[in-house]
Amino acid sequence: AFFWLVSLLLSSLIWFIAVKASDPQDEPLQKGLLIFGVMFSVLLQEAFRFLYYKLLRKAIEGLVALSEDGCSPISIQQMAYVAGVGFGLMSGAFSMINLLADAIGPGTVGIHGDSQLYFLTSAFMTMVLIFLHTFWGILFFHGCEHRRWWEITAVVVMHLAVSGSTFCNPLYVGSLVPSYLLMATAAVWAYLLSGGSAQNLRRFLLCKS
Amino acid sequence: MTELSAHLPQFQHGQLTENFPDNHLSNTNDNSERRRHDNSERRRNDNPESETNEQPQNNIQQVVEQDEEEDEELTLKYGAKHVIMLFVPVTLCMVVVVATIKSVSFYTRKDGQLIYTPFTEETETVGQRALNSILNAAIMISVIIVMTILLVVLYKYRCYKVIHGWLIISSLLLLFFFSFIYLGEVFKTYNVAMDYITVALMIWNFGVVGMICIHWKGPLRLQQAYLIMISALMALVFIKYLPEWTAWLILAVISVYDLVAVLCPKGPLRMLVETAQERNETLFPALIYSSTMIWLVNMAEEDPEAQKGRSKASKNSTYDKQAPANQTQNEDAEADDGGFSQEWQQQRDNRIGPIESTPESRAAVQGLPSNSQTSEDPEERGVKLGLGDFIFYSVLVGKASATASGDWNTTLACFVAILIGLCLTLLLLAIFKKALPALPISITFGLVFYFATDNLVQPFMDQLAFHQFYI
Repeated sequence: AFFWLVSLLLSSLIWFIAVKASDPQDEPLQKGLLIFGVMFSVLLQEAFRFLYYKLLRKAIEGLVALSEDGCSPISIQQMAYVAGVGFGLMSGAFSMINLLADAIGPGTVGIHGDSQLYFLTSAFMTMVLIFLHTFWGILFFHGCEHRRWWEITAVVVMHLAVSGSTFCNPLYVGSLVPSYLLMATAAVWAYLLSGGSAQNLRRFLLCKS
Repeated sequence: MTELSAHLPQFQHGQLTENFPDNHLSNTNDNSERRRHDNSERRRNDNPESETNEQPQNNIQQVVEQDEEEDEELTLKYGAKHVIMLFVPVTLCMVVVVATIKSVSFYTRKDGQLIYTPFTEETETVGQRALNSILNAAIMISVIIVMTILLVVLYKYRCYKVIHGWLIISSLLLLFFFSFIYLGEVFKTYNVAMDYITVALMIWNFGVVGMICIHWKGPLRLQQAYLIMISALMALVFIKYLPEWTAWLILAVISVYDLVAVLCPKGPLRMLVETAQERNETLFPALIYSSTMIWLVNMAEEDPEAQKGRSKASKNSTYDKQAPANQTQNEDAEADDGGFSQEWQQQRDNRIGPIESTPESRAAVQGLPSNSQTSEDPEERGVKLGLGDFIFYSVLVGKASATASGDWNTTLACFVAILIGLCLTLLLLAIFKKALPALPISITFGLVFYFATDNLVQPFMDQLAFHQFYI
C-alpha cells in the first residue's frame, strides 16, 4: 500500500508540474495532460511493483538465512498475493473514499446532465481494479521469479488497457465490460499459476476431500 | 532453542523491548495545571548480554552466547507480531480521533488558544503569521523541554511522591474533566437529551475505573483501552487549541527534539532511561502503553524481600490455568514469577540442568540483579510505546482530516505513512536493541505525505474522479 501511495505521489507530482506549466483554460490540453498523467501513473505503479518485488526478495533471503530449517515462514506466492491486495486496496480506497463520503450527504446524482449511474459504475470499476491488482500482483511476481518477461509485459499492457478503457467513460460499456473480461482472464491465469487446476476447483466445489 | 520458540512464540528470550516515555509533563489548558505529554522511545535490553550481566560465570557465558544467536532469529520472527501488536492500538486511537473530528464540530471550532501559544495566527500578512507560529512553537517546545528536565531531575533525586502525584493529577484531569467535555459535545452533536445525574454517574464510573486500571491493577485490555482513550482525548485537545501552522511546526520540532533527547548522551530522556536501568525499575505505568504484561507500580519503595517471597509463592499457581500459547497473560497481577510459564521453566531446566529456581539463580541466568525480577521480567514479553507517540500520531492524522482539502485521501495517506514509519522504527529497534525515539520517522513520513497529498495528489485525484478515469 505504501509503495502504491508513493507511486501515486510521484505521478501526481509530474502531472501537477505539467499542469502548472500549461494553460489552464485549454480544455482539450488539460484532458490530454490528464491522460498523459494517467498513463504515466500506470507505468510508475508497475515500476513500484517491481521495486517492491525486489525488496521482498531481499527480505525472503534474510528470513531464509535466519530460519532454523532453511525455508522462510512466508512464501513468495503469499507475498505476491499480499502485495497485490495492498496495491489494490490502496488504489480502491483512494478512488472511492471521497465518493463514499459525498454519497452520505444530500445530493442528486447527475443533476447537471452527467450519468446517473456514476456511483454504481464507480463502485464496480473500483472493485474490478482491486481484483485486478491482486491478480496482477501474483502474475507479476511469478513472472519476476521465473524470469518470464512476457508475463510482466502482459501485466503492464493489461493495466494500461484497463486504464485506457476508462477513457471511454461515461460510455460505460466501453470500460466496464473489457475490464471484467480482463479480470476473468487474469483470475484464471493467476489461479493456474498458483497451482490450481480444474480438478482442484471441482474438488473444492463439491466438497470432496 | 527450538523448544522455547515452539512453546512461547511470543517470548523473545532475553529480549527486553521497552518503550519509555519522554516523561515530559506539561499543562493542558488555561485553567488546568497539568498536562501530560510524552514522547516515547523504545529500548531493548538484552538480558543475556554482558553489559547487564553482572555475574560472569562460565556456564552463564555459554548460555549467553547461545542466546545471542537465537535472539536474532527470534527477533525477526516475532518482530512481525510486535508490529501488529502496536498497529492495532495506534490505529484505534487514530480512528477514534478522526471519527470525533468528523462528527463533533466542537473540536474543529476555533475557541481561542492555550496560554502556551500566545501569538495568534489571524494576522494580516503571511510573514507575520509565519513569525507568530514560529514563536508559538518555540514557546511550546521550551515548555516541553523544561518539563522533561524537571521530570528527569525529580526522578534522579528520587522524589517519587512528587512524580506520582503529578501523574495522578493529570490522569484525573484527563479522565474526568476532558471526558466530561467530550461526552457533552458528543451529546450536543447527536442531540441526545441527558440529565446531570446520569452523566455524573457515567463519568464517575469511567474515571474511577480508569484510575484504577492505569495506576494500579486491572485487566490488560481494559488498561490498554483506557490508555488509548486518554491519548485520543489529549490529541483532540491539541487539535482544537493549536492553530494551523503552529501545530505543524510543533510536530516537526517535536520529532527533532525526540531524536535528540533520546539519542544524545546528555539527552534528558536517555538519562531517564539509563537511570531507570541502573536502578532496575519500571517507568511510570501511566505513561506507557504496554502490549502484553500489565505493570505494577513497583518503584523503589517496594521491598525486595516481599517481591521475592511473592514471586516464589505465586509462581506455581498462576500459570496452571493459562494456555501456553496465550499471548496476553494479563489477568494476573501476580505475574511475579518473572513472566515465565511452567513450560518454559521445564524447558530451561532440561536445557541447562535442574537449577533451583530461586530468584538468585534466575537472576544469574538472566543477568539481572535479584530485586528486579518482578519489575523487569514482565517487560520481556511485549512492545511498549509511550503515550506521547499515540498522541502525536493522532494529532497528525486528526489535523489532516480536519483541515485538508483532500479530506479522506489525505487522512488515509497520513495514516499509511505513520504506520509504515512505525514499522521502520520497530525494525530499527530490532536491529539496534536500545531505546529509540518513535516519533521522528513516522512524523516525517506523515508530514511529507500530508503536504504532498494535499497539494499534489488531491487535484490529480479530483480531476480523475471528475472524468471517471481510473489509474
